[in-house]
Amino acid sequence: MRKLGAVAVTGAVLALALAAWTRQPPAPAQGGATISGKVKFTGAKPALPKIDMTEEPKCKAKYQGVPTEETVVINPNGTLANVFVYVKSGLPAGYTAPAPAGPVTLDQDGCRYHPHVLGILVGQPLAIKNSDGILHNIKAKAKANRPFNISQPTTMTSTKTFDKPEIMVALECNVHGWMRAWLGVLPHPFFSVTGADGSFTLKGLPPGTYTIEAWHEKYLTQTATVTVAGSETKTTDFSFAGK
Amino acid sequence: MISALLLLALRAAPFPIPDSPFPLQDTTKGKAVYVKWCAGCHGDAGAGDGAAAAYMLPRPRNFTGGLYKIRTTASGQLPTDADLLRAIDDGLPGSAMPGWKGRLSDAERRNVMAYIKTFSSFFADTSQHVAALKFSSPPSGGTGDQALKVGRQFYDSIGCRKCHGDQGRGDGPSAPTLKDDADFPIFAADLHQNWRFRGGGSVEDIYRRLRTGLDGTPMPSFADLIDQKFLTDEELWRLAQYVRSLSPGAAPEVRDVVHGPQITGTVPVSPGDSAWARVTRYWFPLAGQVIHTSRWFVPAVSGVWVQAVHDGKTLALRVSWDDRTESPDTAWLKFEQRVLETVAGDDSAGSPPRAEPWPDQLAVQFPRHLPPGMERPYFLMGTATDPVYQWRWTSQPRRAVAGLGRGLERFDTLAGAPAGEATYEHGEWRLVLTRALATPDTANEVQLEAGRAIPMAFFAWDGSSGEHGSRMAVSTWYFLALDRPTPPGVFISPVLAMLVTLGLGLVVVRRAQRRSAARSGV
Repeated sequence: MRKLGAVAVTGAVLALALAAWTRQPPAPAQGGATISGKVKFTGAKPALPKIDMTEEPKCKAKYQGVPTEETVVINPNGTLANVFVYVKSGLPAGYTAPAPAGPVTLDQDGCRYHPHVLGILVGQPLAIKNSDGILHNIKAKAKANRPFNISQPTTMTSTKTFDKPEIMVALECNVHGWMRAWLGVLPHPFFSVTGADGSFTLKGLPPGTYTIEAWHEKYLTQTATVTVAGSETKTTDFSFAGK
Repeated sequence: MISALLLLALRAAPFPIPDSPFPLQDTTKGKAVYVKWCAGCHGDAGAGDGAAAAYMLPRPRNFTGGLYKIRTTASGQLPTDADLLRAIDDGLPGSAMPGWKGRLSDAERRNVMAYIKTFSSFFADTSQHVAALKFSSPPSGGTGDQALKVGRQFYDSIGCRKCHGDQGRGDGPSAPTLKDDADFPIFAADLHQNWRFRGGGSVEDIYRRLRTGLDGTPMPSFADLIDQKFLTDEELWRLAQYVRSLSPGAAPEVRDVVHGPQITGTVPVSPGDSAWARVTRYWFPLAGQVIHTSRWFVPAVSGVWVQAVHDGKTLALRVSWDDRTESPDTAWLKFEQRVLETVAGDDSAGSPPRAEPWPDQLAVQFPRHLPPGMERPYFLMGTATDPVYQWRWTSQPRRAVAGLGRGLERFDTLAGAPAGEATYEHGEWRLVLTRALATPDTANEVQLEAGRAIPMAFFAWDGSSGEHGSRMAVSTWYFLALDRPTPPGVFISPVLAMLVTLGLGLVVVRRAQRRSAARSGV
């Protein structure tokens, strides 16, 4: 019980340091190669459903206009945000990475999840934070891992871990049917989530030929094969088309 | 021959599964039981997709994910063998799952339990710890005002009302958006009907559901809140006790006859009249209309409470029922569409019916004439040649009419209508229908005679569940008995009889005394 309280406090302290981290892979061990690129978006931009937060004035007050769902977030530079890019295969057999002791934080703020898409290592703690102070439940609809569904009726933080790799675990709140986040669980740190500029970077890769997959909740997956050696940097771009 | 013998030998040698309190489980024999009794709903491969599954809501369990609602284990954990066996033995009330105790032998139930575990690889995964939580005992005083007040306080503070509604009838603001893990629509439980709770309706059962949650549904576990000191274990018990207090002390018994006493003064015409509190209420369960097309397998209204009184001239009938929605309610249109898409019907081959803003409806049915014997018209709204007399009430337009039902397709409205007054509050309809006992149209309108058994049946529609026309909930025939006031003679004659007996007794004693006095005097 005390431990969880301590996690809540340290969670807040670590939040700043970790804010950027959830969108970038953990620091590479030593040197290694880099694969980076952009996820472009072409075609029709879908209209996002507006969220009616009338039932939750505390959340509604956090927005100037009417908030929308985040199923497809297109950046001003024509790139696609919230794409989970990761090494699907190609690592040496038996490659393992120790899980960082520090948690990845998923915040419930304004009745939306922050971040909307995130990655975590097997065994690494996921700190689920309720900044809204109203009832949220957090259901992890895991298939390879055991699922969970816990309630947070107040400002609090709960910590969970995942035992097995899984692409992707859907996280949802049933009190607020629009709230949804996606969690990638991997046995290695080579993943990245595209942000406001649509770019991704996978650093510290051992030499090899990799299958890189880009996953998006609506536009599903694309893969690319990239071979890297030494400490070189290679670029590969993905492109998703609106329908 | 040899192989047959070998097979016999194999079957005769069940292998015990270690670490189970239920020894001698045989998955081969379990499979035979499963194929015969379970696969029709749960599917050959245990995916919850048997032939009958599409007609059910909630759907049969999909065993492949190892995900179970009713457990004694923490959120997301596998159930214990005892948990699985309880569901098999007792069934899951409020769903299509019956209890199998008494239908299958102990060994058959244990074997089939072992077999359904083979559908999910999680049960074979030794890294999964399957441990029942340790539950405390309920604190005393659970039905006292103070305990219930504390329970109610936490009902509000942990947000139960978001789904279950302010008064617990499953009508909270989030209720129309709920879906289960397979994306099927799911109702927040009506907490006033604890006899329909899947995991049992006792205080202990409710407390366990709060601790464990119902996996695969929106209902989360509240166990972390104790660990994080948001509430104490005792307060969680108080919440369970409060939830239990919303339902009657015992599950309602179905009796055949509604007794309507005669009252002095005039009958209460308003649903909120305090006079109703003194009138016995009777519960009548309803079932889906599955006889004629379009059939309906998932009726939203599980039953009605009925009360009757008369004043010698007029009958007042109050019908109350739980309904999450005051239909038509556009907030539930999407939910209605999902229900119609989930539940197979027989409207037409092809696309499911479109959700429309149907009203709520209730019908009370009588024969046109009181039968001399037990003969009554066809219960399902009569036939063309032998119609029934019905009162039909709709929420929009808010009115009651009377007419003759000539089968499901035809309803001929009559000139004389009953008066209808209805209120909707927090997930409950209360409707009072009043009509003169005797009417001029004796050919078509039942004449309600005190002291006679008046056949009566009920039908209910929840518009927001897509119920309309023959998609409805139905009852069988029951009876209404309008009691005559007890004549004063009934009370006086026993007293008179007692006085006469006493008088005669005294005479006998006096005589005997006189005789004995005369003898001793001699």
